[in-house]
Amino acid sequence: MTTVASTRPAHPMAPVHTVGQRPRRSGRRAGVLFSTPFLIIYLLFLVGPLLMGIVLSFFNTTTVKDGLGGWVGVSNYAKVLGDSLFWDAMWHSVLFTLITTPLLVGLALLFAILASRIRRGRVFYRLAFFAPYVVPSSVVALIFLWMYTPEVGLIPKLFSAVGLTAPDFIGSTSGGWTAVILMTLWWTFGFNFVLYTAAIQDVPPDVYEAAAIDGASPWQQIRLITVPLLNPTTSLVLILQILASLKVFDQIYLLLGGGPNQSTRPVIEYIYDTGFTSYRGGYGAAATMVYFVIIVAVSAAWYGLRRLRATGTAARAAA
Amino acid sequence: MNGAKLFNRLCAVCLTLFALIWFVPFAWAIITSLRQDGSITQAPMSPFAGGWSLHAYSFAWHNYPIGYWYLNSLVIAALAVVFTVAFCSMAGFALAFLRFPGRNVVIALVTAGLMLPTEALVLPQFIEYRSLHLLGTYWALVLPSVAAPVSVFIFQAFFKGIPTPLIEAARIDGASWWRVYWTVCMPICRPAVSTVSILTFISSWNAFLWPLLVLNQTKSQTIPVGLSSLVSNTNIQYAEVMASSVLGFLPLIAVFLVFQRRIVQGVATTGIK
Repeated sequence: MTTVASTRPAHPMAPVHTVGQRPRRSGRRAGVLFSTPFLIIYLLFLVGPLLMGIVLSFFNTTTVKDGLGGWVGVSNYAKVLGDSLFWDAMWHSVLFTLITTPLLVGLALLFAILASRIRRGRVFYRLAFFAPYVVPSSVVALIFLWMYTPEVGLIPKLFSAVGLTAPDFIGSTSGGWTAVILMTLWWTFGFNFVLYTAAIQDVPPDVYEAAAIDGASPWQQIRLITVPLLNPTTSLVLILQILASLKVFDQIYLLLGGGPNQSTRPVIEYIYDTGFTSYRGGYGAAATMVYFVIIVAVSAAWYGLRRLRATGTAARAAA
Repeated sequence: MNGAKLFNRLCAVCLTLFALIWFVPFAWAIITSLRQDGSITQAPMSPFAGGWSLHAYSFAWHNYPIGYWYLNSLVIAALAVVFTVAFCSMAGFALAFLRFPGRNVVIALVTAGLMLPTEALVLPQFIEYRSLHLLGTYWALVLPSVAAPVSVFIFQAFFKGIPTPLIEAARIDGASWWRVYWTVCMPICRPAVSTVSILTFISSWNAFLWPLLVLNQTKSQTIPVGLSSLVSNTNIQYAEVMASSVLGFLPLIAVFLVFQRRIVQGVATTGIK
């Protein structure tokens, strides 16, 4: 990246006295001017919705007409926290996270390690696993819905070919979860795979050579060298995956509509329903804020843990 | 040594098998789109039964406003790319080279922004956009993707790689900060520009929930939202639906094939930072 810059002739350091009062002041003005456009958009459209959500959650705003409506204090929050449907939806998002995270992280690690042991065809694997990631969710849903179709779909046919009866992918809760998870696996797996392959490429090859000379088997090399060296990457992939899974909406909404009987509805769809089907904007905003706090708490916990571990190793290294 | 070789061979076989499985949904969609609905229901598993034709494509093109959807997606993604590159590179430049009042505040805000789960905020976002009368416009979709803290960091990291003597020399020669940014730094940062452009393009093109809320006219929808109206398990026009989804994924797969190295690199670096 920096090679582009370094091919240019190196200039001698500028003498300090030429950089006087005027340039420094112009630098200040330029700095403000350069960052203002981004800052305005950022404050209006990223911080704005957050503040808006906080304000709305204390009013009984509706989504059908303008205006805030009346002040209701914390009663929205009380209702959200007491609503079993909200907690059901929360549980569905958590359940999805609990199932998909180990699968997507574990398989990505495994496949990336397998790919690292093969010299040829890296581009081919990358293409195969990452291509689905750039496809829109609704296209993925269309294709998978067709593959799940009873009687004529590819997947029920495969089930009957090996003598099993396919679950009811769209009509039952457990079948629905299977359908959503398979589709998610196919769709998003490539992202973690790419993160892991990039990290594996950074492992210096002489570590393996040394291990091979010492007589370490491939399995030992993987278990004792690759996996431990990938620990920081695993921690990162893990948190990215947890946050992404907690935000699940597209797959469940498109494939199942949160059904059957809202038994798979995730939180974002709950918020969507309260805001855009029952038009309860203030209430939906309160649900948004509860959910928001949970997500921020998860990522803050991860940052905290990582810092704790970093200072722990630093202390150990110092001792 | 022989054992290691055997192990690697086994890895290759295993991985290739899975890679082929990963291609199946694409292949199955393309095959289905070329067949006729009658022969699909009669002999679902024999891909050549009933012959192949492009009939489903012309049906899909004429019956769904796919052309409009393409145009909307394209305009929105292009505007998002232009504004993201312009605004985020300027902010990145300021953070990398300039000391100005409020710099630390900007850095803190942008860092905090990385942790904000913006998708969770759709409902208040919707009400805010409504009060600004932005609903139903392209801007409603462009603006949220411009407010991207990640892009600022990508640019800042690239600008920091430029040796400061180069900047100082340009300044001594009397170049304004704008000229330093535009004629010295931006040309050097072409890789960052293309990384940010491609990633912004893909995420803007694929956005689903927000455009679903914001664009309520059929003709003003984007490709993902438009195609989602075809998702239904009672739809038995398999070939037509698959033809539309092939039309939905082809442009992205094309973009991906052309820029795959840069895309993968971009994802890896932004993910790791």
